Amino acid sequence: MTTKAQAVLDWIDERFPLTSSIKGHLTEYYAPKNFNFWYFFGSLALLVLVIQIVTGIFLVMHYKPDAALNASGIPAAFASVEYIMRDVPGGWIIRYLHSTGASAFFVVVYLHMFRGLLYGSYRKPRELIWVFGTLIFLALMAEAFMGYLLPWGQMSFWGAQVIVNLFSAIPVIGPDLSIVIRGDFVVSDATLNRFFSFHVIAVPLILIGLVVAHIVALHEVGSNNPDGVEIKKKKGADGHPLDGIPFHPYYTVKDIVGVVGFLIVFSFIVFFAPEGGGYFLEYNNFIPADPLKTPPHIAPVWYFTPFYSLLRAMVWPLFGLDAKFWGVVAMGAGVVILAFLPWLDRSPVKSIRYRGPIYKAMLTLFVIAFAILGFLGTKPPSYAFFGVIPGAPVAQLFSLYYFLFFITMPWWSKIDKCKPEPERVTG
Amino acid sequence: MSVDQKMDGGRRQLLLATSAAGGVAAVAVAVPFVGSLTPSERAKAAGAPVEVDISKLQPGQMMTVEWRGKPVWIINRSKEMLESLKKTDELVSDPKSDKPQQPEYAKNETRSIKPEIMVAVGICTHLGCSPSDKFKTGAESGVSADWAGGFLCPCHGSTFDLAGRVYKNKPAPDNLEVPPHKYLADTKILIGDDGKA
Repeated sequence: MTTKAQAVLDWIDERFPLTSSIKGHLTEYYAPKNFNFWYFFGSLALLVLVIQIVTGIFLVMHYKPDAALNASGIPAAFASVEYIMRDVPGGWIIRYLHSTGASAFFVVVYLHMFRGLLYGSYRKPRELIWVFGTLIFLALMAEAFMGYLLPWGQMSFWGAQVIVNLFSAIPVIGPDLSIVIRGDFVVSDATLNRFFSFHVIAVPLILIGLVVAHIVALHEVGSNNPDGVEIKKKKGADGHPLDGIPFHPYYTVKDIVGVVGFLIVFSFIVFFAPEGGGYFLEYNNFIPADPLKTPPHIAPVWYFTPFYSLLRAMVWPLFGLDAKFWGVVAMGAGVVILAFLPWLDRSPVKSIRYRGPIYKAMLTLFVIAFAILGFLGTKPPSYAFFGVIPGAPVAQLFSLYYFLFFITMPWWSKIDKCKPEPERVTG
Repeated sequence: MSVDQKMDGGRRQLLLATSAAGGVAAVAVAVPFVGSLTPSERAKAAGAPVEVDISKLQPGQMMTVEWRGKPVWIINRSKEMLESLKKTDELVSDPKSDKPQQPEYAKNETRSIKPEIMVAVGICTHLGCSPSDKFKTGAESGVSADWAGGFLCPCHGSTFDLAGRVYKNKPAPDNLEVPPHKYLADTKILIGDDGKA
């Protein structure tokens, strides 16, 4: 570096921790050398967040959160989305990037969370990273739900109607709470405007704050790895972990490979299948919202369906409270219970590589349960596999398993026959 | 702070009092913000009554009007349809309309002022979808072989008879709501105002 540039840098460093931040978080942040492809999804989630924010900024320039009917009898909000799609130069691709980005976000985040389950990334001392992550997931669900109302199509309207009505099932405060959420007695223009406000300002701010907390906590304790052993325990003469390599340039370059792979798949969907076969953008949402007519089949977007199945699985009133209240409890608990994972897992090892057969079997079944709950959530309750096996009891069975996986974990994770962990990372 | 590092009790108390006052102020400031989330005066006033002319509504027909942003159904029930209510009496969970889902004047066998004219809010009492009409009876309806005619909610499968009474063991807990309404003339209904409230 020339002396002049060095002088400028010194001037900044005396006033702002620039060089030390770059060192602390990039060039001298030592990450385990054995990351595999599962470690792409954290940086990819960050990439998708950026895509969503940038496309969102541009969409807001043309979108109108207005439920009033225009001169042609179409709600202004719906019409403005179609205007973006047809008349705004480049509008269609910005909108498809944003709508596909929503689904991509959940794909990436689900895989990122699954990586945590595989390698025990939530275990001590990374409990707070996991708790922040669960909060990010919750914020993301809120963000996606409110964003889905904005196109003001039939699915937007009736999906919001059903989900907001869920809150009215809460005893005592429920009915008033649902009115406060809607800002009206029905889903209306007031609801659309506040969801817009939450979607573009409030929740993104919370989301970014949580992502910062997630990364700060990660860089405080250091990354886990596929072997689940702490690299900080074995340090070289220079004080750096023997099995650690600087995040930059090693993992920045590796993550770029992940980004390229991701963008290939992502672009393919944006250009050739932006509706995702009706899973990313539901067909009924191309019909303007009609408060007088419910579409014959309503289902949430795919990323909510496992939790929607938990909701529908509760059909019995308990302790004098409606079944729909218990459905809401099951759905909420299904998300919140994730946060307790660090304290439910009593296994002596972290990584699946050294775990015993019980964990492998339980986790495999958990993935199957989650996938089937997700599948059934897209179907009407009367659905039957091959027309013979009724879906509703299957969903109830897997919902039960979903919770049993967590609740019984302290017991089976302890008695599992684990292999000894290696001293240092392998391969 | 004093030289021997002892806590100054008086100052600590002032500090606590200031924090408490600040907390009260913060709560007070939150009031208008939370208040702004509740329905506006315009939203509250939007429930203007709707006048409906039913002179063209033939027996067996149904029409939908919008009142307070919700669909309100008016059904001119034929003799057979009224007859079916006797059959469904034992199939529905609240046959006598004991729950306050209707004004006092509609708390009768047909849940209506005039026996044949049914007025109901077409919103399922489960999660707020609008049920679809299934007036055909039996297997032809696509509901069930012994279907007596009524409504089926597409969202979670609740069924209602032709008086808006919910069938037993369905997700919906209550009968469909009958809105306040009155007859201005023989074939003119005012929905949303019965002159009693």
